[in-house]
Amino acid sequence: MTPLKPGAASYAPAPEAAPAPRRTTRRALGLLAAVGLLACVTAASIALGAKSVPLGDVWQGLFQYSGTDNDVVVRDVRLPRTVLGLLCGGALGLAGAVMQALTRNPLADPGLLGVNAGASAAVVSAISFFHVSSLSGYVWYAFLGAALVSVLVYALGGTRSATPVRLALAGTAVSAALFGYINAVQLLDTAALDRMRFWSVGSLASANPEVIRQVLPFIATGVLLALALARPLNAIALGEDTARALGTRVNHTRVLAMLAVTLLCGAATAACGPIVFVGLMVPHIVRAITGPDARWILPYATVLSPVLLLGADVIGRLVTRPSELQVGIVTSLIGGPVFIYLVRRRKMAQL
Amino acid sequence: MTTPRPLAGKARTTRARDLVLRTRGGLSVRADLRAAAVVLALVLLALATGVVLVGTGDFPMTPAEVLSTLAGNGSVAQEFIVRDLRLPRVLVALLVGVALGLAGAVFQAISRNPLGSPDIIGFGQGSAAGALTVIVLFQGSSFAVAGGAVVGGLLTGVGVYLLAWRGGIHGYRLVLVGIGAAAVLSAVNGYLLTRADIVDAARAVLWLTGSLNGRGWDEFWPLLVACAALLPLTVAHARPLRMLEMGDEAAGALGVRVERTRLVLVLCATLLTASATAAAGPIAFVALTAPQLARRLTRAAGPNLLPAAGMGALLMVVSDFLAQWAFGDRQLPVGAVTGVLGGCYLLWLLFVERKAGRI
Repeated sequence: MTPLKPGAASYAPAPEAAPAPRRTTRRALGLLAAVGLLACVTAASIALGAKSVPLGDVWQGLFQYSGTDNDVVVRDVRLPRTVLGLLCGGALGLAGAVMQALTRNPLADPGLLGVNAGASAAVVSAISFFHVSSLSGYVWYAFLGAALVSVLVYALGGTRSATPVRLALAGTAVSAALFGYINAVQLLDTAALDRMRFWSVGSLASANPEVIRQVLPFIATGVLLALALARPLNAIALGEDTARALGTRVNHTRVLAMLAVTLLCGAATAACGPIVFVGLMVPHIVRAITGPDARWILPYATVLSPVLLLGADVIGRLVTRPSELQVGIVTSLIGGPVFIYLVRRRKMAQL
Repeated sequence: MTTPRPLAGKARTTRARDLVLRTRGGLSVRADLRAAAVVLALVLLALATGVVLVGTGDFPMTPAEVLSTLAGNGSVAQEFIVRDLRLPRVLVALLVGVALGLAGAVFQAISRNPLGSPDIIGFGQGSAAGALTVIVLFQGSSFAVAGGAVVGGLLTGVGVYLLAWRGGIHGYRLVLVGIGAAAVLSAVNGYLLTRADIVDAARAVLWLTGSLNGRGWDEFWPLLVACAALLPLTVAHARPLRMLEMGDEAAGALGVRVERTRLVLVLCATLLTASATAAAGPIAFVALTAPQLARRLTRAAGPNLLPAAGMGALLMVVSDFLAQWAFGDRQLPVGAVTGVLGGCYLLWLLFVERKAGRI
């Protein structure tokens, strides 16, 4: 969160009346700065932890591997963890941005609306009832669960009467129900509990190259699909009728957007467990920087969300050294107050 | 002094099944006969299920035996099993149900949303955080844990209320701030769990699921005191609460002191939730489902406080029965059963209320 502030502050006051080309340059520069910030956080994520590695050794470990202790830490522990954080952070943030644009609801977030809980419930069922034990097996169940809940939530959020409050309540209630189910299954099946308990807190600690290889194609597809949808999402933000009048294929866009959200959330949740609030916070910060244009919001969210997730992970590693705080806990601790702030703002609810 | 007069045909707004009591001083009380019948039926059903529940177990007893034991005519073994082992557990279940049902009805009326129950909007998590703090950081006794739950619930209630205050409380803002607080508090709970050593962690996890196992008279008496104090206070505010459901402006115009009523009611409902949580842990979904089911039975407008309390009690004993006997020799904590039952109900509720445009 804190590393975001400088970037946000210096680019937020873009004058409304600036001529279009200058604005575009400004936004492009801002995106570049965001990428720079991401690079810094990535370096910090590789360098910092229970054992701090000097940046020079990080470089050596990455590019001139010679088998020293620091090299092993960098290559086998920190690198996979950081890459997974990059992937999942980007996926969650982008999914949140797409969801907020699609439902035209500022409180839409895959975690808050229960999509992650849906994926978790499906994974628990897979482990307990179908004895699936590998990630490659249960990633499909995670997709199934995420898809079912996305459709449910969208069905709720897409109706005209769906105010942000109602949607948030419905999502929280769905999550509560699914976590009740998860609890019950785990209590009845101790073996499942044993395999699940490390996964269900939302952690990057279990990262390894195999996990990354398995989720990468899904996240890449989801990212490309979501970025390609920026224009039609812009049109949908004007309202369904206007969008149709402008030549947007509304239903087509909706289905593709839901597909993208499902791919992104399902893969991220399968890899690192349920992580909430990343998808809620980042699009709001981004919107303050770029304004309401989805063509800029989506790339910005993709770049800045991993900053938040990796930052939270680094904080979690540093505050309770030598043990660590799971990233899901840190994002909730940061995200809850941000959420309350959003709610308290003078005109909550308008996008 | 009072003369009960059925007012069929006399007043246009009351229906034939309403009972109206009027005093000469100009005070009048209207009671819905159907609602009264529903309350009576629910309470009787809950008590009957309770008797059956007392009779089931490794030492089975017929309901007649249970009743005669309760009347003081049982054998020594029966006396011991009923009085010391099973009766307090069933009584705790009943009272927890009453408290949660009542608190749920109040919160749903204040938030004007069928999903605005205390366990969804963070008050349950607050109590849980208080209890976990006592378990993990102070290794407190079970009495201290209950105290921690009450304090945690109260602090959460006050905090959420203050955070949601912007020149007045809006029901929706209360709900959303509560959801945010719930997220933070569950993160705190997760953190406390990771900090605990394995013994404390096991105790905390069991507590967090919401269980009635091993509940005895020590849990029953404080809960009874809380319910005895808070139930009349809450029910006394049923009329202003009913006005509040029409919106702040309308209620204010009708002479309700809006903020004061809401503060008293939020306080009562928070305390009820906290005492129930202190006795049995955070039990999911009873506060959500009981008022909704009760409203469908009474078909009456308004918050339906007493029917919700009766329905809560019934739900708790039935869930405890299922938790003990539905899964063969495996006993689930009652919180897991209410979680699953409540989840199924919730899906149905989302479906129906969405059609009606209320969610």
